[in-house]
Amino acid sequence: MAEIDTSGGGKKKGPGVKKAKKLSTRIDLTPMVDLGFLLITFFIFTTTMSKPKTMEIMMPTEDSIKKEDQTKAKDYCTMTILLSKEHRVYYYIGLADNPLAPPALEVTYFQNRNGIRDALIAHKKKVYEERLNGMPGHKADDEPVIIIKPDFNSQYEDMVNILDEMQINGLNTYAMIDITDVDKGFIAATEAANVGN
Amino acid sequence: MAKHKLPRKSTHIDMTAMCDVAFLLLTFFMLATKFKPDEPVVVKTPSSISDIIMPENSILLTVDPSGKVFFDYDNKKAKAILIDKVNTEKGLNLTEAEKESFKRGASFGLPFNQMKAYLAIDPINQKEYKFTGIPIDTTTYMANVNELAYWVQAARTAGQETGTPPRICIKCDASTVYPRVKDVIKTLTKNKIDRFNLVTSLEAIPDGSAAAMERDATSPAKMPETKTQ
Repeated sequence: MAEIDTSGGGKKKGPGVKKAKKLSTRIDLTPMVDLGFLLITFFIFTTTMSKPKTMEIMMPTEDSIKKEDQTKAKDYCTMTILLSKEHRVYYYIGLADNPLAPPALEVTYFQNRNGIRDALIAHKKKVYEERLNGMPGHKADDEPVIIIKPDFNSQYEDMVNILDEMQINGLNTYAMIDITDVDKGFIAATEAANVGN
Repeated sequence: MAKHKLPRKSTHIDMTAMCDVAFLLLTFFMLATKFKPDEPVVVKTPSSISDIIMPENSILLTVDPSGKVFFDYDNKKAKAILIDKVNTEKGLNLTEAEKESFKRGASFGLPFNQMKAYLAIDPINQKEYKFTGIPIDTTTYMANVNELAYWVQAARTAGQETGTPPRICIKCDASTVYPRVKDVIKTLTKNKIDRFNLVTSLEAIPDGSAAAMERDATSPAKMPETKTQ
């Protein structure tokens, strides 16, 4: 342990003979190390090395929404996605302009297999095939358009997940707009039809 | 009396090296990290593959699961200008000490009429304060009525005066209901702010997806065998 020997003045051999005092200079550094690690632990718990990650969103401003109405998306390119409660995702191809002819609503979730991602991949593939088939209105550079309508009982997590799916699948043309009563009617009808199952 | 005396070896270990290592690690942590910002409420953000880092000079709007909105701005100089502006325009009658408390403080979520009471409390008790959230008026979303819009507009002008205009980041809990988030986003878009960031936690890009192929195409180490053309 720490020793600084200061007791060397006991014996005197006589005048003229002085014994040199030998002082031990060994300092015990154990408490210093303890302090160092204590401070390290403090800094580990109270600081962060990485800044949080974010997702950039660009929403249309109020002025540009009127312009968007003029360039309507084509029916075959468009997939409308409705986000509902309990992380449910309803989707259909087209814009459902005609409320008397409700489209076939599919329902799925955000799982990796057979979820909305596979549906988006299938839609993208279909659009790339159909745009070359020369039908009227089909141009070779048509891109798939996704319209996202979150319902009032969906959660923020659903919104982020669907925007993430856009990025994962390389879909750049999408819009997030308010859900219409027509769409709410579609969801209600589908839920009523599945109540018995 | 023991005939065989056990040879005693010295048990002194030289701790100098250990001490050096400890202080080296300590210096690293002191220089390379920043203190975690004080959060008024624990928010669990959803995950996404986006890896854009949160911009430095930004306004952070935190929304907790019950829908309360908190405001924070990490530019100290702009915060000083901001509190002066708010004080004069909203007639809060804040003292210099209360303004200092605002500048040094963290996120808050209060309507204007409770600001003075909150800033008068000392910092230790400020952390325990029960916030009610910044009210968002959904009738007009305009800055003269909607408090959140006012804070954001005021912070942006304060930021522009000190140099760079700030980015807006929204940190929302995964379980917040969508209409509340819509109110916040609509407040921003109605006030001509159409670009903002959503804070998410990082998740890996799923293999085989379009994003994964894009990432592999731009990665520097591309094997010659994978070239198809």
